[in-house]
Amino acid sequence: MTAASPAQSRPRQRGAAALVRHARRYWQLWVMAAPAIAFVAVFAYVPMYGLQLAFREFDFSAGLTGGEFVGLKYFQQFFDSPQFWTLIRNTVVISLTTLVAGFVAPIALALIVNQVVGRTRKKFLQTATYLPHFISIVVIVGMLQVFLSPSSGLITRVAEFFGVTGVNFLGSSTFVSVYVISEVWQHCGWNSIIYLAALASVDTQLYEAARIDGAGRFTIIRHIDVPALVPTMIVLLILNMGNVLNTGFEKIFLMQNPLNLGVSEVIATYVYKIGILSNQFSYGTAIGLFNTLINFTFLVVTNQVAKRVSNTSLW
Amino acid sequence: MMRLSFLRTRSPGDIAFTIGLVIVCAVILFVTLYPIYFVMIASISDATMVATGRVWVWPQNISLFGYEQILEDGRIWTGYRNTIIYTVVGTAVNLLVTLPAAYALSRREFRPRRVLMFFFAFTMFFNGGLIPMYLLLRDLSLLDNWLVFILPSAVNVYNLIIARAFFENSLPEELYEAATIDGATYFQFFARMAVPLSMAIISVIGLYYLVQHWNDFFTGLVFVRTYDKQPLQIVLRDILISNQAFSGGAGGSGGSGGGSYAQQYADQIKYGVIVVSTLPVIILYPFMQRYFEKGVMIGSVKG
Repeated sequence: MTAASPAQSRPRQRGAAALVRHARRYWQLWVMAAPAIAFVAVFAYVPMYGLQLAFREFDFSAGLTGGEFVGLKYFQQFFDSPQFWTLIRNTVVISLTTLVAGFVAPIALALIVNQVVGRTRKKFLQTATYLPHFISIVVIVGMLQVFLSPSSGLITRVAEFFGVTGVNFLGSSTFVSVYVISEVWQHCGWNSIIYLAALASVDTQLYEAARIDGAGRFTIIRHIDVPALVPTMIVLLILNMGNVLNTGFEKIFLMQNPLNLGVSEVIATYVYKIGILSNQFSYGTAIGLFNTLINFTFLVVTNQVAKRVSNTSLW
Repeated sequence: MMRLSFLRTRSPGDIAFTIGLVIVCAVILFVTLYPIYFVMIASISDATMVATGRVWVWPQNISLFGYEQILEDGRIWTGYRNTIIYTVVGTAVNLLVTLPAAYALSRREFRPRRVLMFFFAFTMFFNGGLIPMYLLLRDLSLLDNWLVFILPSAVNVYNLIIARAFFENSLPEELYEAATIDGATYFQFFARMAVPLSMAIISVIGLYYLVQHWNDFFTGLVFVRTYDKQPLQIVLRDILISNQAFSGGAGGSGGSGGGSYAQQYADQIKYGVIVVSTLPVIILYPFMQRYFEKGVMIGSVKG
């Protein structure tokens, strides 16, 4: 112990005393938060710790953290694999199309529903359009299969009526369109709720003033309704960008068949097949990490850009 | 809405706009609801009538063949039973874990809450991915264990944030101060005041969790092998998408049965299965929908 120690330990003692006071005052809050903290620590942070497996050889006895360090070997293997560009292309095409369509459609729907006069009618339209949101993915894909069946499907027959024959809608040429349209069909109504809420909070005096100035209904939509939605749009756009490579694993996996695999194999389904089905744990982890990092970068960049441009951001 | 009624003057432009609006809304409604309606009428119509395209508006030659096959097949009922157990137990655990934590994080005087919020929110944007999760569950002996449907999904951070925002904005601070003067602890205040006054948000996140468990397909696919433990969604996948044969013999169309007899009956069963599995949601929907909307509103309060 040196001479300086008494002087140093005083703040430490004060720190300890503060800690005791904090514990005495707030221990009940800690107890209430503890289970949630524990669950998130185990089921979210331990897997993050396990990401080091991407840089290590998988070792059955070592488990989650892996064995010998191999650096970027598995990333290299992924970049060099013949699948790499196909996977990137498929993932980007599917997720960008979904992102754009899934972003625009709810806004359009909210603007339309907002024009409907009468509370009951508006409510009915809104409620009806978000019903499909609660149908499970398995059932949605099941419905797509019976409706698009080449022999007897409802939509196939409607298409034939309009002169489109011989198309297998579940094949590769229309896979992306079918995926995106069904996504919009299922989630458009639900995602428009938040925009409708924003529209409901527009000051009615604005409409009155615009009306007196002789503005038509389209002009009012363009100059009052749309600007009212911009802050919400930006927040949702940032959130969506953070998922740009997170294509819905379940739906794509269920929609896959030998005919469309060339356009429907995406990073998420590939990780499942490599990692879980063929037990290449390290390789699968590396591909998954690559995907997560790209998403995270997109999120951070979009957030920064939004902050610069519009002063709206997540953090 | 009342506030738009002053817009109802009758210039020709306005009338054209209104007509256009009505048409657009009609198309939207039709496109959204007709597929669901069609599945319902197709499930009780004669399979041949459906396959040849003669069922459009009303069911034709009522036939309950599909439902008879489903009733005889044990898999759906096992799946149903499992899903109900996972949903009930899972949702109960979800609420028991999420609500107290949300309340603790809503207390402004609780300084560590900022760090804790970051700890939770970070997991929304970054995660370990599938394989580390799989290996973790293996190490915890949760693979092929029914608890895998309950424990890893015990906390949904989005729901935690919604509940926290509600507690923070909707419980009057004066109430807490008054209770403290009467000597109430955090536990007592939470149990006697916060929970009874927050039934709205509890219903909302309870329903979110419920739907999440009901529709969970991923967990069964990746983490469970034994068929007896599989939830309804996996059974549905086998019948709807993998075309597995029914015990009655029908249903296994072998893929491209080109409008054959077997294909028709396979489709008939599929329509029935869709109705049977989705009916609980559709029936509960009118009662639940106002809660769902409320959840979106509370969630949109930036917190």
